[in-house]
Amino acid sequence: MSTDAAAADAVRTADSPAKRPHKSDRAVAENRLGMKLVAPAVILMLLVTAWPMLQALYLSLFRYRLTQPDDREAVGLQNYLTVLGDSLFWKDLWNTVLIMIVTVAVELVIGFAFAMVMHRIVFGRGVMRTSILIPYGIITVVSAFAWQFAFSLNNGFVNAWFSWLPWIDSDTNWFGDHWHSMFAIMASEIWKTTPFMSLLLLAGLAQVSEDMIEAAKVDGATWWQRLWKVILPNMRSAIMVAVLFRALDAFRIFDNIYVMTRGAQDTESMSFLTYRQVIEQFQLGMGSALSVLLFLMVLILATLIVKLFRVNLAQARGEG
Amino acid sequence: MRERAQRRRRRRPAAASLILAAAAASGVLAACSGPASDELVWYINPDTGGQAAIAKRCSTDEYTIKVQELPQAADQQRIQLARRLAAGDPAIDLMSLDPPFTAEFADAGYLADLPEDLVTKLRAQSLKGSVTAATWNGKLVVAPFWTNTQILWYRKSFAKKAGLNMTKPVTWDQIIQAADKNGGRVGVQANKYEGYAIWINALIAGAGGTLLTNAEKGADATITIDSPAGKAAAKVIQTLAHSKAAQPDLSVSQEGQVLAPFQSDRGAFQVNWTFVYGTYAGSPTAKDLGWAMYPRTEADKPARPPLGGIGIGVNSHSEKVGKAMKAVACITSPENQGIYASTDGNMPASAEGYKQPELTKKYPADLLALFQESVNAAAPRPATPYWSDVSSAIQSSWHPPSAVNEGTPAKSQKFIEDVLQGRRLL
Repeated sequence: MSTDAAAADAVRTADSPAKRPHKSDRAVAENRLGMKLVAPAVILMLLVTAWPMLQALYLSLFRYRLTQPDDREAVGLQNYLTVLGDSLFWKDLWNTVLIMIVTVAVELVIGFAFAMVMHRIVFGRGVMRTSILIPYGIITVVSAFAWQFAFSLNNGFVNAWFSWLPWIDSDTNWFGDHWHSMFAIMASEIWKTTPFMSLLLLAGLAQVSEDMIEAAKVDGATWWQRLWKVILPNMRSAIMVAVLFRALDAFRIFDNIYVMTRGAQDTESMSFLTYRQVIEQFQLGMGSALSVLLFLMVLILATLIVKLFRVNLAQARGEG
Repeated sequence: MRERAQRRRRRRPAAASLILAAAAASGVLAACSGPASDELVWYINPDTGGQAAIAKRCSTDEYTIKVQELPQAADQQRIQLARRLAAGDPAIDLMSLDPPFTAEFADAGYLADLPEDLVTKLRAQSLKGSVTAATWNGKLVVAPFWTNTQILWYRKSFAKKAGLNMTKPVTWDQIIQAADKNGGRVGVQANKYEGYAIWINALIAGAGGTLLTNAEKGADATITIDSPAGKAAAKVIQTLAHSKAAQPDLSVSQEGQVLAPFQSDRGAFQVNWTFVYGTYAGSPTAKDLGWAMYPRTEADKPARPPLGGIGIGVNSHSEKVGKAMKAVACITSPENQGIYASTDGNMPASAEGYKQPELTKKYPADLLALFQESVNAAAPRPATPYWSDVSSAIQSSWHPPSAVNEGTPAKSQKFIEDVLQGRRLL
């Protein structure tokens, strides 16, 4: 999980003030050494990521089916026009965006509460932290199956436990229509990834200086004011990193949908649509076009989030 | 102090990446060991052990046949095999192939040519329907191993109550009416899956139509679903979906889901594969179980039941094609087909197979005769390399069954054409 390590690293240095280091000989030499050390990793990364990406870009300009290699035909941007002109694409994009917004919003709130608990707790700190983090240690496919069984009409417990709610009864078929299925998918996603969110927020919380909170207290700020005026502004970078990582992850949601509905009831996401084109229908051209679009959307999303939180990433890392 | 800590931190990723690279390289080397030279690997669809038993019986001093199980769902079998075959994987020798993707694999050159003498033998022994399902572009591309077909299963007591003469061919209208008026149910497969496309294909063929012609043109095949036959098929589905004879779970019903309701008080009819007889054996329903030819779509045209089964193909990239062909001849021998049918309930692809004593002891003679008659009358799904696209497009445009109406065939025709031409996403 290199992204986690990177995220933790980003949070660790996120709030350090931006000092412009003077370029001493030593700093220059260190910089050079650093580049040399990182070079093998960069070359390896280029080999395993840049090449397939360029290949996908190239393939997306063809009408090409794995089982019909002779029918390969260059079609220019036709695949992109087909995809962008198809209602299925827009429906799946809407599903994906909806899942992303709802899950990240819920995770941010619950995750922050968990982070506060983990930060403030005095007794049983280890036990509490471990139990909050357990869901994140479970493989997504396993958690998807667990939740599918939980929501199942035949052997699930959700209907039995929550039948006192007016909109749930013993034959509520959670995978029988669009909204119920979406709810089940999102519940599973939220349960599984909230710990990750709270871990990142905890790191941010630890950076907020106790002195500032004390000072605010002395000045007569209420708990609510301290949260909004002192704690949250001081962990903006941490929140940004948490939201960025989770939003990008949520945008690529696949496992839960694959396990729980296989895309039935119009619950397909962008990744699932791409999977079906490439893996199920062997449409390498169309699938590559979708992959490229997915990549561009992730890029735009990342830029938007960074802009929205007005955080300079380089500054946040203390690089200047 | 802080600088040193940072330096240490920076160094770590580089070291980790070197370790990773080394691990990846050694993994690649370790993966390069294939099966032994005297071992034939047969990728089978999951069953109750019959194919493994045949593999043991067909192993000789020259080679041992080892079975590897494919995923349960036919579409997953296709995905796994096609990916490996496209990459030229020589670790697959023999494959149990479902008819809908036989044409696709043959067209892509994944299947080794069957030798002349084997083809002659297979053509002579196999039922007409089994040969059709194993043929692409006029050539027998896989060896018919077992052949499945659907017939009409009914409760004798119910047919009597409804006053339906089951010795004569019945139509869909007749059984839906009979069930509707007498509180019975008609079990069909109408989930959004391959089984629904199979039903639609059978209904259209039963009205004298086809889904498509000129299949050899691939993506440019002529789609003919928007025809009087297509409308007749839509009519049957519409009538059933809006009658009391439909199961409550019609839109998600598959082969397995219709079995239990058939045993209830409202059980009346179901169209289903040959395995049904074995499923009810020993249950109270067995005594009341009747069977007849698949229902007609139109009273004056013969029924064209669905066809399924498995053919054995040989990987064209296998390094042991010669040995594999010998193994195919053994696996598909009528004796093995008969034994397999008696143990696993999957019916033979040859008349000779139907005569094996193991099978005739277990099944009534008239039922075995009906199975063969049904196979020979069957309408296989069109053999086209694009079947999975056609099938998915049909499922998208004809599901749910309650939304099917007179306009469905035209809508579906346009959608299939657009999908094949790459104008629409599927």
